Amino acid sequence: MLDPRTPLLSVADLEAWYGESHILHGVTFDVFPGEVVTLLGRNGAGKTTTLKSVMGIVGRRNGSIRFEGAETINLPSNAIARAGVAFCPEERGIFASLNVEENLLLPPQVKPGGLKLEQIFELFPNLRERLGSSQGTKLSGGEQQMLAIGRILRTGARLLLLDEPTEGLAPVIIQQIGKTIRALKEKGFTILLVEQNFRFASTVADRYYVMEHGRVVHRFANSELDANLEKLHEYLGV
Amino acid sequence: MFEIFGIPSQALFGQLLIGLINGSFYALLSLGLAVIFGMLNIINFTHGAQYMLGAFCAYFVLTYAGLNYWFALVIAPIVVGATGVVIERVFLQWLYKLDHLYGLLLTFGLALVIEGVFRNYFGSSGLPYRVPDALQGGQNLGFMFLPNYRAWVVAFSLVVCLATWYLIERTRLGAYLRAATENPTLVRAFGINVPRMITLTYGFGVGLAALAGVMAAPIYNVSPQMGADLIIIVFAVVVIGGMGSIMGAIVTGFGLGVIEGLTKVFFPEASNTVIFVIMAIVLLIRPAGLFGRGT
Repeated sequence: MLDPRTPLLSVADLEAWYGESHILHGVTFDVFPGEVVTLLGRNGAGKTTTLKSVMGIVGRRNGSIRFEGAETINLPSNAIARAGVAFCPEERGIFASLNVEENLLLPPQVKPGGLKLEQIFELFPNLRERLGSSQGTKLSGGEQQMLAIGRILRTGARLLLLDEPTEGLAPVIIQQIGKTIRALKEKGFTILLVEQNFRFASTVADRYYVMEHGRVVHRFANSELDANLEKLHEYLGV
Repeated sequence: MFEIFGIPSQALFGQLLIGLINGSFYALLSLGLAVIFGMLNIINFTHGAQYMLGAFCAYFVLTYAGLNYWFALVIAPIVVGATGVVIERVFLQWLYKLDHLYGLLLTFGLALVIEGVFRNYFGSSGLPYRVPDALQGGQNLGFMFLPNYRAWVVAFSLVVCLATWYLIERTRLGAYLRAATENPTLVRAFGINVPRMITLTYGFGVGLAALAGVMAAPIYNVSPQMGADLIIIVFAVVVIGGMGSIMGAIVTGFGLGVIEGLTKVFFPEASNTVIFVIMAIVLLIRPAGLFGRGT
């Protein structure tokens, strides 16, 4: 078990580019073991790019991204995944040429201690019923999201990067995702979440970082939420 | 001897067999092209030259190392596949983000270079390669004479094709391949070394071409342009079947071989063009090919 006072993920002065455009201008934040940390911010603030940088799937990055104390800034994404980081993309990334079961079993195990299939079905009972389905992309949006989260729970990765898991989903499904995130936290997973849906984030997050123009401009804990509401409305423009 | 539609059975079944033999090579080669195109997004025009290299490799290991056909069947795909790995690392890996045209020009150029070098050293008349002893002779089936070696070629290519299909469509490794075809970035972010998988896929596709080359050596001569003659038809087969479809490549390969054979019996004048006529019709009606996914 890691010391809860040393960050599991430590990002410092992170810069990132997409082609010629400079997206991140020195992002700094920490995620401690067992936490759920949410990145908030408007569209285009650099939240998704930050997640992708941590996963190593952005064209060019500078700065420092330390996972479990080891520098990963120069590693290819497959090596970062093998170190124990897993990614659930915003567009979910369900494969059309794979059936539901193949989608679920696709990510290889990178560390011991991942969830068993049975435990994943406890979190997402729908997935069990859909296992025989032909194409992964024929599932409903909610089921695809469950599949996208479910498949990275098997791998033994300790840090989950979830990019807007509630986007475009019905309220009842959003509730189920929220319940799942809390259950995963109890199981010891560390989660870095990107959310537009601030109300949803407040039901799961321990701490928040607010991003603007490729920088972290504000940070606060969930207990400080009420005191920060006004400021937050300003930042998010809601 | 009996007749079907006024055609002697010997002629009909003889051409049917030749069709199946040709179909075996069409299927094996278009399968390799489909596997390569699916994963690398490259139309491998070097494929015919690599098939020729397989046949020459069989000839070399027999002539210089004294290793017979059965050894060649294993050695040639590995050796030629390894040259494919080198080609992918040195040349192809830089082209994936560019237009198809660059890959096509590069592989076409490579084919010309390889075939030119072999023509320089071995001429164009071709070298003989004996049918292996165990497969000499044939069976009299009553309605036709079936040479053992040809039966072997049809059966073995069918087995290789179906095994490849199984590997890609039904195994974990195949799921990685299919997923990486769709979204290589995400598959890599799951911890799979996608660039290495791409390299090995090219090596595998090239190995299939070499395997076909070994099988072809005892039937056709081992000659520098044996691939160039065949590859044009194989590309037509791939267009008809649809790029990137595994089962499509197999079914179309065997099917068109048979159609071509039957055309030789019933309307010999069209036998050289029938595949291209079918290609034109398919392109008009289903541009993505019979088994294409329509993208």
